[in-house]
Amino acid sequence: MPVPTLPRENSTATVATPSGYAIEFENVSIAFDEKVVLAGVSFQLRHGETKALFGVAGSGKSILLKLAIGLLRPDSGRIFVLGEEVTQMPEQELFELRRRVGIVFQESALFDSLKVYENVGFRLMEEGVPAQEIERRVREVLRFVELERTYDMRPSELSGGMRRRVAIARAIITEPEVLLYDSPTGGLDPVTSNTIVELIMKQRDVYKTSALLVTHRLQDAFTMATHQFDQATNQMVALPEGQNCEVPMSFLILREGKVIFDGDAHQLATSRDEYIREYIS
Amino acid sequence: MALELELTSPIEVAKDFALAVQEYTLLSAQSLANFFRPPVYMGDMLYQADLIGVGSLPIVILTGLSVGALLALNAASTLQRFGSVTLIGQLVSIGMVTELGPLITGLMVAGRNASGMASELGSMIVTEQIDAMRALGTDPTKKLITPRVGATVFMLFFLTIIADLLGLIGGYAVAHLLFGVDTNQFWTSVWQILVFRDVFTGLVKPTLFGFIIATVGCYYGISTRGGTQGVGRSTTQAVVAASVLILIVDFFVTKLIFAIFGYR
Repeated sequence: MPVPTLPRENSTATVATPSGYAIEFENVSIAFDEKVVLAGVSFQLRHGETKALFGVAGSGKSILLKLAIGLLRPDSGRIFVLGEEVTQMPEQELFELRRRVGIVFQESALFDSLKVYENVGFRLMEEGVPAQEIERRVREVLRFVELERTYDMRPSELSGGMRRRVAIARAIITEPEVLLYDSPTGGLDPVTSNTIVELIMKQRDVYKTSALLVTHRLQDAFTMATHQFDQATNQMVALPEGQNCEVPMSFLILREGKVIFDGDAHQLATSRDEYIREYIS
Repeated sequence: MALELELTSPIEVAKDFALAVQEYTLLSAQSLANFFRPPVYMGDMLYQADLIGVGSLPIVILTGLSVGALLALNAASTLQRFGSVTLIGQLVSIGMVTELGPLITGLMVAGRNASGMASELGSMIVTEQIDAMRALGTDPTKKLITPRVGATVFMLFFLTIIADLLGLIGGYAVAHLLFGVDTNQFWTSVWQILVFRDVFTGLVKPTLFGFIIATVGCYYGISTRGGTQGVGRSTTQAVVAASVLILIVDFFVTKLIFAIFGYR
C-alpha cells in the first residue's frame, strides 16, 4: 500500500557526532533481581542505518531500547546516543536529548486521556509551538500514516494497527535523528504490518533516519533488507538480486543477554551458526 | 495449583521500608521544588483543582453537616444533665474548627482522591504511558505530580472551611430544632469561643493533609508494579497509607501547636 510523503525542509539524519555513530553500546550489562538480562552487549548503529534486533521473548530487546533512550540505566558499560553518553547523564539533560530521539512502544503507549491530535502533537505543545502550527504539523504527519480522519478520536476508539500508526506519527512529528521501534508490527494482520514496514522503510530511505527495530517477525526485517522505498512511485520496490547490501540495513541477534550475531542480510543468510540457522529457518 | 508462601526476612522488610521512605521523601521534595522550576503546568493544576475540589464538594457537604449534627446531638445529651445545653455552640465550634472539620475532610478526600491518583498513575505506569512521557522529553513529576499536589493543598484548604461551616450549620440545626437553643445565643457562643490558635490549627492541618494525600497517592501510583493487579494493590495501599499518615500527623501537629501557643 503506498504511503503519502511527509514534507520536510531538510533531513537531519546525517549530523556528525563525536562517537561517529548514531548509537553505540559499549559492553553494556543490566540485571533485574539478580537475573542478568544483558551481559556485555556491544554494537554500533551507523547514521542512516536501520538495525533489526532479534531474540526470543525475554532476551532483553525492549530493555535495550529503553537503555538507549535513557529510560533505564545499565549496571555497567557505556551507551552513546548521537555522540552523547547517556549512561551518566542527569534526567533533566536526558529530556533535552530525547527531543532528538523518537520511540514507538510495543503497546503504543498512547495517552488514553488525550485525543489523537493531542497525543501526536504532545511534544510540540510542550515546546510551546503555536496552536496553528501544531495543527498543521499534526495533520501532515497523520496524513503520512494515513490516519487524518482520526484527528479528533480517542485512542480507545482505534484498532491495534491504527494505534501503532498514531504512535509512529507521534514519534516522527519532530523529525528525530534516531527512531526506536519496539515490535511495531507485533500482533497485527499482514496488510497493516506491511503498511507499517513501508513507513519504517520510508523513514530509512527518504529521511535517512537511523533506527533500531525490535521485531519477532523475520519477514519484516528481510522485506526491509530486500526492498527500497521509491519516492517516484511512493511505494516500496524490490531490489534486484544481489543488491541487498546497498540498503543501510543490518541485523543483530541476542541470545541469553549476549550478542551472537551483528551483520547484514547476506552474512545472516550464510551464517553457519546452528542456533542462527534454526532461528531464521 | 498449590499456593506457595514465601517467607521474607525482617531485614529485607526493613530495607524495603527504608527505601520506600527514601523514595517518598525524594518525590515529595521534587514535587515542591518543581513549583520553582519552569514549566509550571497551570492548566493541569486548574483541571486537577476542579476534579479534586469541585468533585469532592458533595461528599464534604454531606459529611460536614452530619458530623456537626452528630457532635451537637452527643454533646447535648451530656450537657442537658448539667443544665448547660446552651454550651453546645462552643463544643461544636471548637470540635469542628480545630479537629473534626480538617480530619474528616482530609479522610474523605484521601478516600476519594488518593485512590484516584494511585489508580490513574498506576495505569499509566503499566501501560508505559509514563515512560512515553519521559521519552517525549517531559518530566512526569512536573506534568503529573506537582499539579496534583498544588491542587489538593489549595482545594483541601477551602473544602475544610466549607466543611467547618456546614458542621456548624448542622450543629445549629440540632441545637435549635431539638433542644431549643436560641439562634443568637448559638452563633454568639460559636464565635466567641474561637481564638487565633483554633483558627490557625484548623487551617494549617488541611494544608498538610492535602500535601500528604497528593504525595502518597502519586507515590503509590508511580511505584506500581505488576499489571492491573498491581494497580488495585497500589490504590488500596494509597488510601490506607494516606489515612494513617493523616491521623499520625494530626496528633503531632495538634501537640506541636499546643506546645507553641499553650493550652487553654
